[in-house]
Amino acid sequence: MSETVNQTNPSFGKLIRKAVQSFGLPRLIIAGFLLLLFILAPFVNADLPMQITNTINRFSWNAVLVLAMVPMVHSGCGLNFGLPLGIVAGLLGGTLSIELGFRGPASFFISILIATPFALLFGGGYGWLLNRIKGGEMMIATYVGFSSVSFMCMMWLLLPYHSPNMVWGLSGKGLRTTISLEGYYDKALANFLQINIGKLSIPVGTLLFFAVLAFGMWAFLHTKTGTAMTAVGSNPTFARAAGINVDRIRLLSVIMSTWLGAVGILVYEQGFGFIQLYNAPFYMALPAVSAILIGGASVNKASIMNVIIGTFLFQGIVTMTPTVMNNMIHMDMSEVIRMIASNGMILYALTRKTEVRR
Amino acid sequence: MTTANQTAVPLLEMRNVKKDFFGNQVLTDINLKLNAGEVLGLVGENGAGKTTLMKILFGMDEIRETGGYGGEILLNGEKVSFSSPFDALAKGIGMVHQEFSLIPGFTATENILLNREPKRHSVVAEVFGERFNKLDRGAMKQQAEAAIDKMGVYIDGEMTISQMPVGHKQFTEIARELSKDQLKLLILDEPTAVLTEHEAIALLDSIRGMASRGIAVIFITHRLQEILSVCDRVAVMRDGCLVQDVNAKETSVQEITRWMVGRTVAGTEASHREIREGKVIMSIRRLWVDMPGETVRDVNLDVFEGEILGIGGLAGQGKLGIPNGVMGLYEAGGKVLFQGKEIALNAPRRCLDASLAFVSEDRRGVGLLLDESLEWNIAFPAMQIQNKFLKNYLGGLVKWRDEKAIREVTEKYIDELAIRCTSSRQNAKELSGGNQQKVCLAKAFALEPQFLFVSEPTRGIDVGAKALVLNALKKFNQESGVTIVMISSELEELRQVCDRIAIVSGGKIAGILPATDSSEDFGMLMVSQVK
Repeated sequence: MSETVNQTNPSFGKLIRKAVQSFGLPRLIIAGFLLLLFILAPFVNADLPMQITNTINRFSWNAVLVLAMVPMVHSGCGLNFGLPLGIVAGLLGGTLSIELGFRGPASFFISILIATPFALLFGGGYGWLLNRIKGGEMMIATYVGFSSVSFMCMMWLLLPYHSPNMVWGLSGKGLRTTISLEGYYDKALANFLQINIGKLSIPVGTLLFFAVLAFGMWAFLHTKTGTAMTAVGSNPTFARAAGINVDRIRLLSVIMSTWLGAVGILVYEQGFGFIQLYNAPFYMALPAVSAILIGGASVNKASIMNVIIGTFLFQGIVTMTPTVMNNMIHMDMSEVIRMIASNGMILYALTRKTEVRR
Repeated sequence: MTTANQTAVPLLEMRNVKKDFFGNQVLTDINLKLNAGEVLGLVGENGAGKTTLMKILFGMDEIRETGGYGGEILLNGEKVSFSSPFDALAKGIGMVHQEFSLIPGFTATENILLNREPKRHSVVAEVFGERFNKLDRGAMKQQAEAAIDKMGVYIDGEMTISQMPVGHKQFTEIARELSKDQLKLLILDEPTAVLTEHEAIALLDSIRGMASRGIAVIFITHRLQEILSVCDRVAVMRDGCLVQDVNAKETSVQEITRWMVGRTVAGTEASHREIREGKVIMSIRRLWVDMPGETVRDVNLDVFEGEILGIGGLAGQGKLGIPNGVMGLYEAGGKVLFQGKEIALNAPRRCLDASLAFVSEDRRGVGLLLDESLEWNIAFPAMQIQNKFLKNYLGGLVKWRDEKAIREVTEKYIDELAIRCTSSRQNAKELSGGNQQKVCLAKAFALEPQFLFVSEPTRGIDVGAKALVLNALKKFNQESGVTIVMISSELEELRQVCDRIAIVSGGKIAGILPATDSSEDFGMLMVSQVK
C-alpha cells in the first residue's frame, strides 16, 4: 500500500491518441470537414466573410435551444426530444406580447416574461409524466413534443387573436403560418453592440445573452442542487440512498429545459426576424439534439463546452455546405448532408448509451 | 438404491479439480466420485465453491472466460472437457438452475420440449430446410407427459408458465431435463428454496424415483434435513475444499453444520471485548421488509450504544433486508426507535438526518457514482445532507460547491484508508473492488454518523483489502464511538470484528450470541428456521 504511483512517461503517439480519444473521433471528422469547407470556400468563389457572418449568426440563434438540452441530460432524463413543448411556450409568449401591443426591443423581454408561466406549467406536467415512465424518457419525450405541436396547430386557428399583423387577412381570425417581427422584437438582441468589419458582422448582443444564460447554467451546476442533479443522472439509486428526492430534481430539470426552450425560440425568432407557427416547431428538436451530441455530449453527460462546440460545428456545416457544394458541383446537396450529419450523430450517441454499466 | 447400480467405473469422477479467479483460489483439489443412480447431497456455506464446481461440470462459458480449470473430469471413465453447456447436455448432464430459464408465455409442454420438438414433415421444408417442418403437437404432448410422469409430480402441460405457481415452474424445469433420453446426471441447485413444504416433499419423492431409474443426482440445498432424508452420500464443502464425503446414514445435522462452518485455519481469533449491555441506541420492533430474495418477516433487535453488532446467516434468509429496510431503500413496516425517537421508514432522508449511515452491499448499484470522481463520491452525501463542503453566497441563497474542501477531505480519506488511485479526481469505476469498497466507507465516514450499517463490506474483495476494511471499521468504532451494525455472510469475519452476533434465519432473528461462542452454535442457529 505504501508504494508510490508510477507516472509513466507517455510517448508522443500515445498523447495524440489520447487527445483524439478525449475529443472524440466523430467530432474530429466533422471539425475536419468544416475546416475543409472554409478552406475550399475561396477557391469556389464563395464569399468567405459572408459565410463566416452567417455561421456566427446561426450559432447565436440556435445556441440557447442547444443549451436547453443540458439540464435534462444531467438529471438522467436523456436528450430532450420534447423541446417543441418549450418552443410552444415561447411562441405563446411571442404572439401574446404582439397581441397585447408591445413594440420594439422591449417586447422581446415582455415575451420572455409571458412565456415563463406557460413554460413552468408545461414543463411541470411534462416532468410529472417523465417521472412516471423512467427508462423510456426519450421515446415519450418525442411523442410529447409532436403531440403538443399538433395540438397547437388547432389552437393557433382557434385562439382569439386579433392583431392585424398576425391573423389571416381575409377571415380576420386564426394566426398566419409566418409572422414578420418588423417593428416588434426583430434583431432586438442582434443590433445591441453589433460589430461590423467590412462584410463581417457579429451580433454581440445575442452572443452576450447566450453567454449570460450559459454562465447561469454553469453556475447552477456548481451549486448544491446542481450537484444533486448531476448525481441523479449518474446513478439515481445512489442519489436516493443519499437522501435526494430524485423525482423532484428530475422535475426541476425538465422545467428548466422547457423554459430554456421557450427562451431559445424567442432568441431564434429575433435573429431570424419571423415567428414560424404550426408545423415549424417539429423541426427544431432534432438539430438541437444532434448539435449537443456533435459537441461531445452523451446521453447522460453534457457540459457548456459541448453546447458551444456542438452548435458551432453543426451550424457551420449547415451554413457552409450549401454554398460550397452548390458552387462546386452545381447541385443542392446541403439537405442530404445535414440529414446525414444530424441523424447520424443521434444514432451514434444512442449506441453509446450502453456505457452506463452496472 | 446404490448397491443395485454399483459398477467398477463410476459415472462421474473428478480428479484434483482446481479453479482460481484471477489468482483468487476458489476451489482446491476436489476429488469426487458418483455412481449411476446415486444421490449426492452437496452442502456448504455461501461462497464455499458449490456453484463454481457445478459450473465447471456443466461447461459454463464464464469458467472458460476466466481461464478454465485445473484437474480432470471423467465421465464413465472417459476424460471430458466441455467447451459449452451444449456439450454437457449431449453427454447426458442436466442442470436445474436457481433462476428459472423458462419462456413465460409458452405452455409447460412447449417449454419442456423447446428446440427438441418432434416434427411433422411439411412441403415448405423441402425448399427452406427442416426448420420449416411443422410441430407434431400430439407427439409433443405425449413426450411431455412421459417426462412429467417420470418426475412423479403432476403438473398441467397446457398451462402457460406465467400463470404457474413458482413451485410448478421449478417442476417444469426438472421435467425438461428428464425429457432428455440421454440424461444420466441431474444437478439440482437449491431446487427447494422456492417450494412450499408440500411441494418440497413431492420433489424429494421424485428425486428418489429418478435415482431408482439409474439417474445420478447432485442435490444442492441449505436444508440439511432434506439431504439426510433423500441422499445416499453427503459432500461438505468449505472455503473451496471438499472437507467431508460420507454416507448420509452415518451423519447428523449437527455434524454437517460443524463441518460447514468450522474453520481449521489458524489465526482467526474472536473479538475479546466485553459486551457492553449499556444504553440501547436502536431498537427494532416487528420489522418486515419487502426486499426481493431477502425478505425480512419479523425482526426484533436491540443495538447497544458503542458496540459492533454482527448480523449473519445464510443467503436469502433476510439479513440484507434489515439495513435496507431501516434505511428506507426497500419497502418496510414495523417500528424503529433511534435514541428513543421513532424514525420514519421508507424515507432515506429521515434516517440520514437522524445521523445514521449505510454502506450498501450493492457497491456498484447503490454505493457509487461510477462515472464521477472520488471527490464527488466521498463528499456528495455529506454535502447534500449536512451542507458540508459548501460556500454560501447571497445570504445562503446560493450554495456553491467548495472544491477545495472537497479535495481536502477526499485526500484525507485516501491517506487514511490507503485507497489506491492516481488522484482524487479519478473516476470511481476505474478502481478495483477493494478500493471501491474503501470509497464507500469513506463516504459514510465523511457523514460522521452516530450509527453505521455496513452491509457485506468484504464481498468480492481480496484478502489484503479485507483486513484493511475490517480494521478501518474497528478503528472507526473505537475512536469515534460509533455504533456499527455489520452484516456479512462470512461468520469468521463477523467473529473477528463484532462483540455480539445475531443470526437471521427465515426472516427472523434466530438468536444472538457473543462472538466468542463456538462456530457450531452459530451454525445451528443459521439452519434453525430455514424455510
